[in-house]
Amino acid sequence: MYRYDEFDSAFVRERVAEFRGQVERRLAGALTEDEFRPLRLRNGLYLQLHAYMLRIAIPYGVLSPKQLRQLAMIGRRWDRGYGHFTTRQNLQYNWAKLVDIPDLLAALADVEMHCIQTSGNCVRNVTADPFAGAAHDELEDPRPWCEILRQWSTLHPEFNWLPRKFKIAISGAAEDRAAIAFHDIGLKIVRGPDGENGFRVLVGGGMGRTPYVGLEIRSFLPKQHLLSYIESILRVYNLHGRRDNINKARIKILVNQLGIEKFREDVEADWARSRKDAVDLPEDEIRRIMSYFAPPDLPARPAMDEGVERRRLVDAAFATWLKHNVRPHRVPGYVSAVISLKEPGRTPGDATSDEMDFVADLAERFSVNEVRVNYTQNLILPHVARADLPALYDELVRGGLATGNFDLLGDMICCPGLDYCNLANARSIPIAKEIAKRFADPERQELIGPLRLNMSGCINACGHHHSGNIGILGVDKKGTELYQISLGGNPKDAAAVGTIIGPGFRAEAVPEAIDTIVETYLANRDEGETFLDTWNRIGAAPFKEALYGAA
Amino acid sequence: MPEIVTANRLVDGIVVYLAKDGGWTEELDDARLAETEDQTKALEAEAAKAVAARIVVAVYPMSVEIENGKVHALSVRERIRAAHKTTLTKDWYDVPL
Repeated sequence: MYRYDEFDSAFVRERVAEFRGQVERRLAGALTEDEFRPLRLRNGLYLQLHAYMLRIAIPYGVLSPKQLRQLAMIGRRWDRGYGHFTTRQNLQYNWAKLVDIPDLLAALADVEMHCIQTSGNCVRNVTADPFAGAAHDELEDPRPWCEILRQWSTLHPEFNWLPRKFKIAISGAAEDRAAIAFHDIGLKIVRGPDGENGFRVLVGGGMGRTPYVGLEIRSFLPKQHLLSYIESILRVYNLHGRRDNINKARIKILVNQLGIEKFREDVEADWARSRKDAVDLPEDEIRRIMSYFAPPDLPARPAMDEGVERRRLVDAAFATWLKHNVRPHRVPGYVSAVISLKEPGRTPGDATSDEMDFVADLAERFSVNEVRVNYTQNLILPHVARADLPALYDELVRGGLATGNFDLLGDMICCPGLDYCNLANARSIPIAKEIAKRFADPERQELIGPLRLNMSGCINACGHHHSGNIGILGVDKKGTELYQISLGGNPKDAAAVGTIIGPGFRAEAVPEAIDTIVETYLANRDEGETFLDTWNRIGAAPFKEALYGAA
Repeated sequence: MPEIVTANRLVDGIVVYLAKDGGWTEELDDARLAETEDQTKALEAEAAKAVAARIVVAVYPMSVEIENGKVHALSVRERIRAAHKTTLTKDWYDVPL
């Protein structure tokens, strides 16, 4: 993984010192809250319902055991012993005290971490395929390009005050596991006409109040021009994006108002006259950054392991975990193992400090010192020898982290909602827990098959409800929490925004409604169909009828 | 309906209410009640002083109900804030009590 050089290290330390001074001035009265708010937001510090919330950047979801242990220590020392992994591969602490934040940031800097670009109208922490560098279907590791974008965007003078926040995601694999079509810019590494790798560039995707699937602005961008081309997109947005209305300020609104053709024309015109030689990185610098992400030395092993096969036959829970949480690796005899943070009863995405320490130990023992965070709020050990799976699984059982529900119904995405968040209109965590309870039977989840259920407690859509196969949105209707259900969303390659199926449900009626939707799918599905396949074939009518009766 | 004034404490962000004793309390029951518009204005003026003195931030008035001598917040949001806890429920779909 990337290691800070002297510049990175000095810069992050300077930011800690600067913010320490700003906190002191706030507490001494030299800064009012109005003056202080934008400064704290520049450092990832929000004021939420119950307390301050600190959002820590985990660049493209990659963590070392040392970093994870430091996060655990921070949770114990300055918070309440747990944190929340988010849909942007970040970590949030919910109960930090303002007076402690400078020391907390210094502790983060000790392990090359910070909270910069986790808030504010800047280019946010870039996200990526969590299986990057490990996945069997990967054309090229996206992490060096994430790191290049990180270094380029941090403190970029032209793009420090964009009309609104700006999110970029990169995938280098055949399957999109980073929801790139729902980002301001989505990049997919593809093979070009001359056999060279480059980027397919999507622009204007997003969730929130006005969801859009990103549109292709360029089918192939030579890799060496990534920065200059992204810069041209950002320049056109920075000049023409709306600043008068926060709800219309994202690039998706601009792209859809101008139309993709006109937007592309403007970007290409800017790019044609831009100083590519001054912006694009020289080859040797690209190679230098790539060298930090050199694949670990994994001697090939037999693709089959007898121990695993024996265990699979006699241990149904292990077999389920193996089927869903273990993903193929590019090196024979290795796999990536997903550690689900979605055990029934758990707040989705929450992990205690003890669990973080525990996973750090596992990463050292089983995964050449690497941990990943997935945008679906799980942790991943990317490089595990297949032969080690029984031992790893036994450890996970011991640590209460062996739930085998990755990408099944129980693996819900869920935002903090009205239990924590100042923007929320309704709670999401208790609904998620109740749905998890209703569908706790692993055999039933197995029968249902892959199903992405995403839930947000407000229209800002941190819980990605628009892209859920089943999406739930909590709203406030005259003081009562009400939940709108949408169906047919898809975060992957055939990305789609879900369709609202009808009037909303009161909280206590939501699990039954989800059950009705699932049963309607099961009653209608053809052999081998997923929920999404059935939805795409039969449409909304059978679901509407099951939920609301015949029209 | 009586009103009270709520805020977050500056140093740690914890939810507080302007109290009967003139300070700030974490307990809804200790909040000072305003029965008239003028009384609400007086509470807000006092809260503004506390903002200037860097004791609290994010001040606003809110309506409450009095039931058997106990103060109750009306909205789900304020009931969750008053509980100082998350996802603590009697019945899961009920708001914290």
